[in-house]
Amino acid sequence: MKRTLVAGSLLLGSIALGMLGVFAGGPSDVESARRGLVGAPDEWASRAVWACDQRKLVIVEGVRPDERIPPDKAQQVADVLMDLMRFCNEEITVRIGMNQMMTVAANGRVYENYVPGGPLPIVKASFGEPTPRELSIWKAELDKLVAEGDRLFHSDEIGGNGVACAMCHPNASNTHPETYPKFQTQLKKVALLRDMVNWCILNPLEGKELPPDDPRMQALEAYILAQRSGKPLDVGKH
Amino acid sequence: MYRNNMTRKQIERAFAERSAADERLLQSLQNCDRRHFLRTSLKFAGMAAAASLVPSHAFQLVNVASAAAAEGASPGVAFQFAYVSDSHLYARGMTHRFARAAAKAVADVNALDPQPDFVLFGGDLAQLGRPDELALGQQILKDLKPPVRMMVGEHDWYLDLGEKWKEMFGPDHYSFDHKGIHFVVLNSVVEKDFWTAKGYTPEQRMAIVSGLDDSRQSPFEVGAPQREWLKQDLAKIDKKTPIIVFSHSPLYKLYRGWNFWTDDAELVQAILKPFQTVTVIHGHTHQLLTNRIGNIQFHGMLSTAWPWPYAPEGLPAYTVQMFRPDPFNQFDGCGDGSVDVLVKGRVDKHYNFWSRNPRIVTAKELAGNSLPGGGNQGPSY
Repeated sequence: MKRTLVAGSLLLGSIALGMLGVFAGGPSDVESARRGLVGAPDEWASRAVWACDQRKLVIVEGVRPDERIPPDKAQQVADVLMDLMRFCNEEITVRIGMNQMMTVAANGRVYENYVPGGPLPIVKASFGEPTPRELSIWKAELDKLVAEGDRLFHSDEIGGNGVACAMCHPNASNTHPETYPKFQTQLKKVALLRDMVNWCILNPLEGKELPPDDPRMQALEAYILAQRSGKPLDVGKH
Repeated sequence: MYRNNMTRKQIERAFAERSAADERLLQSLQNCDRRHFLRTSLKFAGMAAAASLVPSHAFQLVNVASAAAAEGASPGVAFQFAYVSDSHLYARGMTHRFARAAAKAVADVNALDPQPDFVLFGGDLAQLGRPDELALGQQILKDLKPPVRMMVGEHDWYLDLGEKWKEMFGPDHYSFDHKGIHFVVLNSVVEKDFWTAKGYTPEQRMAIVSGLDDSRQSPFEVGAPQREWLKQDLAKIDKKTPIIVFSHSPLYKLYRGWNFWTDDAELVQAILKPFQTVTVIHGHTHQLLTNRIGNIQFHGMLSTAWPWPYAPEGLPAYTVQMFRPDPFNQFDGCGDGSVDVLVKGRVDKHYNFWSRNPRIVTAKELAGNSLPGGGNQGPSY
């Protein structure tokens, strides 16, 4: 998914320079101050590039405001602006450092460093209202885990006697994950949902307990919770 | 009453006196109002169970009452049949929990005194329809002393579309007459072909159908051919003859998501409507379930293997819900039961819970205008 995004944004980015109406903005106070420094080294210089919505800003370090941005860097700027435009409407500032390190900031807070070649920071940059595309990516990721939980919940592979969780709990009914943790009278202690899942694996399913961080346990919990989505949290309810 | 220095003759006389007294007491109990007697015996059963005096199911006590009535002391019960249902056997030997549970039900039925006229097996003998599972079931049911009437469930059917089951147990739908009642056994788990287009193997088809909440399958139905057969079968039956129908799924629409549902239920009900007294006994739902639609009274059967939760919607207002089963007790919420067929053809339905007091749903409580379950909107737990 992330690899595709990078490829996609590069492709679009090559057309973007012309389309986006990218233009150089006026120097900020800080930059004006820097320009005042006689013989300032290049690393003190920076050039701001705004997207046409006036909400996305890329600051390219090491390039003076009156200087042409080198083509590779210009491409990078276009890519980033294109992605930002597509993903959200928030005010976002991206700083491309001399060392190629990209920093994404929103609402004045640095959000994440971006290493070129790594996943696009935009995938994780949820600022304010998510876009349909962001939502679809997150949903796909969640659905993958829930689907694996669904499969395990209906499968005999975590048990030892053919019995599956869903045989007593169709659609995870009667699991009440929203009531955990609670004092589980039969266990004589406060139990988490996963403690009950393990009890069921051990007893009716005659299988082996799963470690709490086992991906299968996480998937089972994800499925059970997803089935009860919308139920109010009611910790301790019996 | 007995003393150390009594002669053999004195002991025998004392024993005879004692027996006569017991006999008189028993007779007086039999002559008392049946409803009152049942209530009393249940109360004692409950007390005894609470005090761990007897196995908590107290099956025998309830059936003393039935036996008394059946012998004519109280007008009411014409005869009794028992049921065992939804055993969901895996071919993993007699030590598997479901095999042990099925054998427990067989022992329950065999302990009934007097013996029921016959035993209905309510379907889902096997879990995945495999020949070895069906064979294990046949072996377990072979121990039943009364004659057995077999019904098919979806878990028996969808590996080979009933081929093996029919070979072992006979036709999947049939009728018979017993003591003035016309009994009909249906195969209500017919599903429209969802597998050919998708290219599912028989094993995949079976796995899908065996998933209660698996939405890839079709809804259950009786289907046009069986409805036609039913019409013809009932054509020769007097409208006053009481009818008892056995179907694996409830012959009404409760919850489509779990196939607590028969898609052509209205059409089947329409065929049964001209008859004055109709009762449907169904499996599949693994829970206490009661309904009435017009002249038809419906009762669910317990599973020996596991209880289902109540469906999230559609619970009939006639159902007084059973308890929430304790998962830490394998047998809680499971059981078997019996049916008292009353003289007029209605039935009182016994739920023999293995670890709780029994429940009886009477024809009388379903006959009136009140809704015993009140405003059931869904499960209470």
